[in-house]
Amino acid sequence: MQPSLQLTESGRLKHFLTISGLSKALLTEILDTADSLIEVGERQIKKVPLLRGKTVVNLFFEASTRTRSTFELAAKRLSADVLNININTSATSKGESLSDMLRNLEAMASDMFVVRHASSGAAHFIAESVTPGVAIVNAGDGWHAHPTQAMLDMLTIRQNKGQFEGLKVAIIGDILHSRVARSQIRALNTLGVDEVRVIAPNTLLPTQVESLGVTVFNDLEAGLDDIDVIIMLRLQKERMHGALLPSEQEYFELYGLTRERLQCAKPDAIVMHPGPINRGVEIESEVADGPQSVILDQVTNGIAIRMAVMSMAMSGQTETKNLLAESAS
Amino acid sequence: MKIEITNGSLLNHQGEWQVFKCIQITNNIITRVLQDDLSAKPNFDADTQINARGCYIFPGLIDLNVSLRDPGYSVKGSVKSETMAAAAGGVTTLCCTPETDPINDSEAVTKLISKLAQTNNKCQVLPLGAFTQGLKGEQLSEYASLKKAGCIALSNAYHPIKNLAITKRCFEYARTHNLSVFINPIEASLHEGVMHENHVSTTIGLQGISSLAETVAVAQLIQLAQTTDVHLHLSQLSAADSVSQLKAAKEKGIKVTADVAVHHLLYTDEQVENFNSMFHCMPPIRSESDRQALLEGLNTGVIDTVTSAHQPHEAAAKQMPFGETEPGISGIELLLPMAIQLADNNELPLTRFISAMTTQSAAVLSLDTPEIAEGKAASLCIFDPAHSWTLKAEDLLSKGKNSPLIGQTLKGKVKATIYAGNISFIDN
Repeated sequence: MQPSLQLTESGRLKHFLTISGLSKALLTEILDTADSLIEVGERQIKKVPLLRGKTVVNLFFEASTRTRSTFELAAKRLSADVLNININTSATSKGESLSDMLRNLEAMASDMFVVRHASSGAAHFIAESVTPGVAIVNAGDGWHAHPTQAMLDMLTIRQNKGQFEGLKVAIIGDILHSRVARSQIRALNTLGVDEVRVIAPNTLLPTQVESLGVTVFNDLEAGLDDIDVIIMLRLQKERMHGALLPSEQEYFELYGLTRERLQCAKPDAIVMHPGPINRGVEIESEVADGPQSVILDQVTNGIAIRMAVMSMAMSGQTETKNLLAESAS
Repeated sequence: MKIEITNGSLLNHQGEWQVFKCIQITNNIITRVLQDDLSAKPNFDADTQINARGCYIFPGLIDLNVSLRDPGYSVKGSVKSETMAAAAGGVTTLCCTPETDPINDSEAVTKLISKLAQTNNKCQVLPLGAFTQGLKGEQLSEYASLKKAGCIALSNAYHPIKNLAITKRCFEYARTHNLSVFINPIEASLHEGVMHENHVSTTIGLQGISSLAETVAVAQLIQLAQTTDVHLHLSQLSAADSVSQLKAAKEKGIKVTADVAVHHLLYTDEQVENFNSMFHCMPPIRSESDRQALLEGLNTGVIDTVTSAHQPHEAAAKQMPFGETEPGISGIELLLPMAIQLADNNELPLTRFISAMTTQSAAVLSLDTPEIAEGKAASLCIFDPAHSWTLKAEDLLSKGKNSPLIGQTLKGKVKATIYAGNISFIDN
């Protein structure tokens, strides 16, 4: 991965496209910044002026409720003006190319695009084609990356466990099609956990998944042994086609997280899920709502992480712009 | 027209470079090759003099797989633009794929392409006829009419094999008419994805195409070729196991030949890591072990020849997220600089590359062995192997500027190409 695409010359964030290529120090800086911004959400007036006068465009080529809402809230709490563009009702359906559409939005003096797209690499493509000074934040591209989701998960883990060293983390479910899992694995390994396990049948694991830095388990109970953090992934209904899985019933029987199975992990293990939850398919309601679940903390942390990333990327862009202005004069 | 080329080096029968003093061409025939004794040089009033000091001179390259995009895709290329590009690449003969609009499954389209090529007169264009009507994999094309109109062989042009019974009948019918079949081996049901399936596709989350999509098809096609006795030419092999199967088939005496695209010899899937759509091609560039197997196959003669697999595209076709871009590389103009990279890496001698793209390509097409000798046809390339230059998009004569080499400093440049006694390209 090209680190230079998302970093300034001095190594600060200017786009946020992927966890890949980011240092432990930078990931920690994102977590620390988010920590300091959590307090904003608890104020009477939930606003700070970090993005005052800036225009943030939420460019969602795929339907999303929670991610888009938390990005919108994050931008508004940073005092930015926010424009939401739902592509199904917009110009690309009239045949306008993605590049042309970006030019038009740039012409409206946008400062940041938050992009979700069904194609892996879409955020990279946009970051390569926009004018210098405009920041791109990846809100999920294909099966590639969902770095803000991964970072809000890291924040949740740090709040509950204090540190990453010594932790054993299990990610359960559809790794093959999951941008969330790819970003989580990268972040967990960079932040220095002891072990990352993936637990799934072989049909839901990509080729050479070990190359990502994980240990593979086909058996849920064996994989949960001695685990500190359990991350469940959402199972899409369409995985029941194309011979990936036989049925939801058999999947739940083998990989559904139940109270009994939770016993296999450490007694203080936390249970996470990026949402939306399929109750009774990947997780039992009693576990999702139980004392070990931190699923709602994840949502709250999502706003703080997105505020952190947006303000950091914008300040990185300002640094780049100033350098450009200096070299021009 | 009389052309005189002085100095330079020629490839001799031992496969070594040998200096010469003078080559004289009158109309389309090489009339004199003088190695050293200039006193034997008769008076020759040349219209054009080319000083080839420091250059290699060899027969014009024969490229077995070129998309001219004409008729039908004028935004990507035309017979005019792409044959000019071929000449700039040192190519004097090319086979063009039937994937045009309309598809070349009829006498009319074949004749149209041939006529356009003759009008432009930049190189010999040998059309490949569609293996099935409309390349749909359902019904035989009119092989006899296609052959009569000038098709040199048949091709499926990257369209996956859908039905083995139909493929078998196509092979039988092709054998009846003594036509070779050029097949891109692709098993349709395994062919979902946009890059090679490996740890890189896993890391970046692009859907991978397993090597099985090719190797399963190669196994089936070789068995069908053996049974039907057709000459099967496997186009653009990309996977290591395909090379092993090809070797075994040749050892059994099955009439099978194969080529590899030059970019499969140079690149691996690691290049895709930052989503550079210039490396999006079909079949996908695969892993380092595949690349090594392809190089070994070519070095040992298991793989017969190299092609550019030239696929020009308009800029917009590549300006999208990786998976949505159109596959293919515009490569015909850069065959020799790419060959120099392989030679400089000690991976493939330049002489092997040249003999593959001249002698071996001619053999696949059952054409006479091209040679630079008195009395032979004057189609040749003058190539400066040491010339260093930086490639800009506008340097490419092809309409397709989709080359991963743009912006790079290259070594080796074609100085001139002579096709049938005329200068089809000269570097100014």
